[in-house]
Amino acid sequence: MSNYDPYASSRETTEGRVYSVTGNDWDSLVTEIGATKEERVVVNMGPQHPSTHGVLRLILELEGETVTEARAGIGYLHTGIEKNTEYRTWTQGVTFVTRMDYLAPIFNETAYCLGVEKLLGVTDEIPERASVIRVMMMEFNRISSHMVALGTGALELGALSPMIFAFREREKVLDIFEMVSGLRMNMAYVRPGGVSQDIPEGGIAKIRETVKELRHNFKDNAKILIGNTIWMKRTQGVGYLDLAGCITLGVTGPILRATGMPWDLRKSDPYCGYENYDFDVITNDGCDTYGRFLIKMDELEQSLRIIEQCCDKLEKLAGAPVVIEDKKLGSPADLKVGPDGMGNSKEHIAHIMGQSMEALIHHFKLSTEGFHVPAGQVYSKVESPRGETGVHLVSDGGTHPYRVHFREPSFNNLQSLAAMCEGSMIADVVAAVASIDPVMGGVDR
Amino acid sequence: MTESHGLFGAKGTGDTSGYGGLVQSRFNVLSASRPYGGYFDEMMDELERAYPTFNEDIERVVIDRGELTLYVKSERLFDVAQELRDNPAVRFELCLGVNGVHYPEDKERELHCVYPLLSMTFNRRIRLEVSVPDSHPHVPSLVELWAGNNWHERETFDMFGIVFDGHPGLTRILMPDDWIGHPQRKDYPLGGIPVEYKGATVPPPSERRSYR
Repeated sequence: MSNYDPYASSRETTEGRVYSVTGNDWDSLVTEIGATKEERVVVNMGPQHPSTHGVLRLILELEGETVTEARAGIGYLHTGIEKNTEYRTWTQGVTFVTRMDYLAPIFNETAYCLGVEKLLGVTDEIPERASVIRVMMMEFNRISSHMVALGTGALELGALSPMIFAFREREKVLDIFEMVSGLRMNMAYVRPGGVSQDIPEGGIAKIRETVKELRHNFKDNAKILIGNTIWMKRTQGVGYLDLAGCITLGVTGPILRATGMPWDLRKSDPYCGYENYDFDVITNDGCDTYGRFLIKMDELEQSLRIIEQCCDKLEKLAGAPVVIEDKKLGSPADLKVGPDGMGNSKEHIAHIMGQSMEALIHHFKLSTEGFHVPAGQVYSKVESPRGETGVHLVSDGGTHPYRVHFREPSFNNLQSLAAMCEGSMIADVVAAVASIDPVMGGVDR
Repeated sequence: MTESHGLFGAKGTGDTSGYGGLVQSRFNVLSASRPYGGYFDEMMDELERAYPTFNEDIERVVIDRGELTLYVKSERLFDVAQELRDNPAVRFELCLGVNGVHYPEDKERELHCVYPLLSMTFNRRIRLEVSVPDSHPHVPSLVELWAGNNWHERETFDMFGIVFDGHPGLTRILMPDDWIGHPQRKDYPLGGIPVEYKGATVPPPSERRSYR
């Protein structure tokens, strides 16, 4: 390889002639490939490509513009989150898992915390207000995640304006996250035992106002795409995957519901008190990209409905605790923190610094070493925007997890790419990937 | 396996940073006996009826925190899984992947594979667990039963080195193809390799003080 030139337009390899495409060289590439007798071309799409939803590498075998084989190459965003959690306390684990599927951080946190609570056997002791806040944050997160899916999905198909409006709505949701948790993304807000802090004063009013705005805007946004001829032609009948395909591939979430199967863990196996909310499971029987798009659009309204019910409940539960009573688990010990999300309450500091040596020791142990979790293994799951987020937790009885494994819906669902794309046109691959809505942070972890 | 150190589990330097390698291992999981409660009895009755060698193939049944785990002999995993999937009285039509766990102290059973199954028809869940020795880490592949297990098995191979016999293309999936070692094993350090920077060597995170 002594005379290897990385900037050459093409070179011979054992696999055949390899062409490098660097941009603005389309004409010369077409001329060069056209001169060969080969009909079949293998195209590497990504991992740096604007239409692959992140660092996803698609390996497409093409005959003309028809995809004969499609494979996904992943791992470009592998950060070893699962391994890292084994070196941290159970509470610190939240800070790691929130960064897996970075568009749905609250779902990762909640799934993880539900698992830790199940291991601890304190599921029934979680205060109702904490559960209601979790539900509200999850539904807001579902909206922000769907907004990215719809906005970038449309962008990848060439529709620019939906993205602008989708990100405007998402921004409003992120403002709510910032108000409640202090952070816009990766909040580590849900903790084993409850949530890290209560909603600030005047928060419910702000949330109600935002819900009103969002509802109004969603109606407008729907008009941009639903019924749009180009949009329909690009999405209808594209990326087809029926119920049998979904089941054998383990696909859940909007893709499964787009086959007409009303499967939603919020209804089938409620957690965080979802059985007390009034909402519908949205289905569609198109089995295609358009069906998945419609489901995401309609789920926005259902999420708003749930959030409104959360507001009613939170008003009734004003002043109730948001973290478990058990002082050995609630971390940090006293969560009446300021709106900046920093520090403990003045009373708590006065208590541990001036009054009780034991309380100081306890605070110190809890903050540094964490709490012990009885040995055993559990599987907990939530319905994330992309399907079933499952967490397999193993504890050896210590203060650190023994094994944390996330069954990420993005990871699982991305496998269906080959089934959806083979035999279709190359332009439809982009539509199919957008409808799978993989988040590479979740796929690679 | 039972191991415990001191009142707070501290040993060695007494490092209170929270990373003191606090060891308190108790994996003694007790086998459950009849009646199991809930739908578990009904399901197990049906399985025993449909599958004559059921009691021989299932090493033990554990019910913990409301979850049922069947410990299956690794060589019988495929048949048990197929029965669970196809038997109309149980119908576990969805497999939610596979996850490995490494228990280096569990001699001759170091590597475990855990399969969460879901029956949408009956809204039931069950977990299959198999264990294999580190010296011969071979588990039958379930890709033929659930195509979606393909990537999950590749990930488990990548992270633990468990070989799934019959997998259509068992290659690394998250780590680079030429990576050496299986990162999720307990003897694999966090961070892995020392990094040279401007002549000096930065040790891997797991060898820095605060992570020990």
